[in-house]
Amino acid sequence: MEKDNKKSNPESAQGNKPRNIGRRELLKTLATVPLLGVMAYGVARTRKTKLLNRDISDVFKLSSTNAVYLQPQAGGRQIRIGLIGFGIRGNQLMRAIGFVQPSYIDTLIEAGKKNPDDTRYDEFKEQDDLNVVITGVCDIFDVYSEAAMLAGSNIHKEGTTGKFGPAPKQYRTYQELLAADDIDAVIIATPDHWHGTIAMAAARAGKHVYCEKPVTWTVPETYLLRDTIRDTGVVFQLGHQGRQTASYQKAAEIIKNNLLGHVSLIEVCTNRNTPNGAWVYPIIEGSNPQTIDWKQFEGDAARIKEYEDYMKSSKLERYMGPDERSKFSLERFFRWRCWWDYSTGLSGDLLTHEFDAVNQIMQLGIPASATSSGGVYFFKDGRTVPDVLQTTFEWPDNNITMLYSATLASSRNRGKVFMGHDASMEVSDILTLTADRDSERYAEKINQGIIPTDQPFFTYVPGQSKVDAVTSATELYFAQRGLLYTYINGKRYDTTHLHMREWLECIRQEKTPSCNIDQAFEEAMAAHMGTRAYLEGRTMYWDKTKEEIVKG
Amino acid sequence: MENNLTKGQLTWLVVLRIFIGWHFLYEGMIKLLNPNWTAMAYLLDSKGWFGQMFINMAGNPGIMNSVDFLNKWALVFIGLGLLIGCFTRLSCIGGILLLLLYTMSHPALIGAEYQLPFEGSYFLIDKNLVELAALGVLFVLPSARAIGIDRYLIKILPAGFNKFII
Repeated sequence: MEKDNKKSNPESAQGNKPRNIGRRELLKTLATVPLLGVMAYGVARTRKTKLLNRDISDVFKLSSTNAVYLQPQAGGRQIRIGLIGFGIRGNQLMRAIGFVQPSYIDTLIEAGKKNPDDTRYDEFKEQDDLNVVITGVCDIFDVYSEAAMLAGSNIHKEGTTGKFGPAPKQYRTYQELLAADDIDAVIIATPDHWHGTIAMAAARAGKHVYCEKPVTWTVPETYLLRDTIRDTGVVFQLGHQGRQTASYQKAAEIIKNNLLGHVSLIEVCTNRNTPNGAWVYPIIEGSNPQTIDWKQFEGDAARIKEYEDYMKSSKLERYMGPDERSKFSLERFFRWRCWWDYSTGLSGDLLTHEFDAVNQIMQLGIPASATSSGGVYFFKDGRTVPDVLQTTFEWPDNNITMLYSATLASSRNRGKVFMGHDASMEVSDILTLTADRDSERYAEKINQGIIPTDQPFFTYVPGQSKVDAVTSATELYFAQRGLLYTYINGKRYDTTHLHMREWLECIRQEKTPSCNIDQAFEEAMAAHMGTRAYLEGRTMYWDKTKEEIVKG
Repeated sequence: MENNLTKGQLTWLVVLRIFIGWHFLYEGMIKLLNPNWTAMAYLLDSKGWFGQMFINMAGNPGIMNSVDFLNKWALVFIGLGLLIGCFTRLSCIGGILLLLLYTMSHPALIGAEYQLPFEGSYFLIDKNLVELAALGVLFVLPSARAIGIDRYLIKILPAGFNKFII
């Protein structure tokens, strides 16, 4: 500034240039202000090219509504629950309605102390109260039965040193539990071969039913169960908690609005790569013929007969056993999913989740045909169900094929992809849409460079309200990694919790749950067709008029 | 203080101030114009000593709204202040605080992997910190008292404003 001052001095010395000084002062004061004009131009240009041009609402019509859930009503009555089966899934279901073993709480608290990022205990405590009480529990393994009683009495969600409420009554058989007057509804989390039988008995006893998938083990019982649920009018929910996934609701709207064009192929998969994922569950301490009621485990006589009749008449004896049904086996008790004698295999256990998701999104119903192949290619531990399975379902009336592929020995994820003429949609907890380079609907936007074809142009993440513009690169980057909007209104919800909440609210408000008996019937028949196609090595067909599975 | 600056020094200080102001203002304006912009994902991706604090902020919708609001407008006002040289020292302090928060959320630590990775290779010192240091220089050498609105403000505002405001 020295030079400046020197320069300005002569001016002031002349004493006749106040206007010049004023102008010079003004210039120095406002010298950089004109840059704001350049900035304004840049901002306006950016807005026009980057922000506004991403608007695609003329070819992409989608509502901004988020997932809708049946909301609990104030003053709803308390529902008294009976639990049947407290194995791995039974534990998860109880947790979803607010009841866990005190020892598990101890583990969570300990984990939280060691790692402040582990907030599972806080999350569990903050889970909404569903206004239920556990009045009865039944498990044929004493250790599980005792554990279920403890969980049911843990009404304050505390650890082993906490205060407990009254213990639920322990029943030795499901029949005794169903005869109890102080039970309004039951949760069935038994092995597959018991689902249908217990669900029917529960409905006949007037209890509402939440049943784990798949809904049945044999084909004949599927008809019986549907009739029984319809006749008794109990509120029935099948345990496909995917029904509560927010992105599935948005996917259904995308299909309805024809934003993919004609969908010709759907690809779904299961990918697991651990012994646990392949149903090689631990043998629990304290299990022996004295603590396990093997007779009950064997199954219901009528069901066993249906199973044996089918297997023998179709010459599939090689898939039965190999142990005698009456022979006590800890492996078969804890790892029952590995044998057709109790299980429905990959088809019933995992394909059903995928099928139900597709059915929820596209309402395709029972497929016209099913073809399967696979085998025991990795877990050669004596199991009879395959660990690699491909099943193809076709709906020629709708010109749609669904391809399911599964391996229990690789965790490579291949997504849930709906391939359409105009775009393909990949659905998980989030949803992404990628335009097809030969699309007609989006051709103009693709040519204008507004819609890219080498990456998704639209991403939906639960809680998001924006639906009318191309997703920006940054948003996409975060969304694909599940970082955006993982919280809905600041709270993360477990889909199983929401699914059970829907069932309980339907009981209170006399409504029909999303995965009702008709959906369950379709789920079961699709799974049975896939299983039979694998076992018999031929395509199985669905006779729509007779409602029967017929051989190809 | 500005009296001791040569023309060259003053020129480069003004250029530096314009550049940083320009950077802040444009960042702020773009966020302001995008109704869907939120820092939530950025905060959820925080690492280092203060990481959990930022993640907790992102989990609270009320706090998140304030964070977004403050961040956007702070960027705009700091940028504007630096660009036109108005309340420059205050703008420098604001800018330093903001950049410090960004650094605390995303420190350039060895082994810290971010969802949106740094575009270069950094260890401890990233571009945010370089900009932070530059703002420190601009604070101690207030060029706007020569070229900028502060040239006028310094004449009309009480001397108390000189220390931290203009």
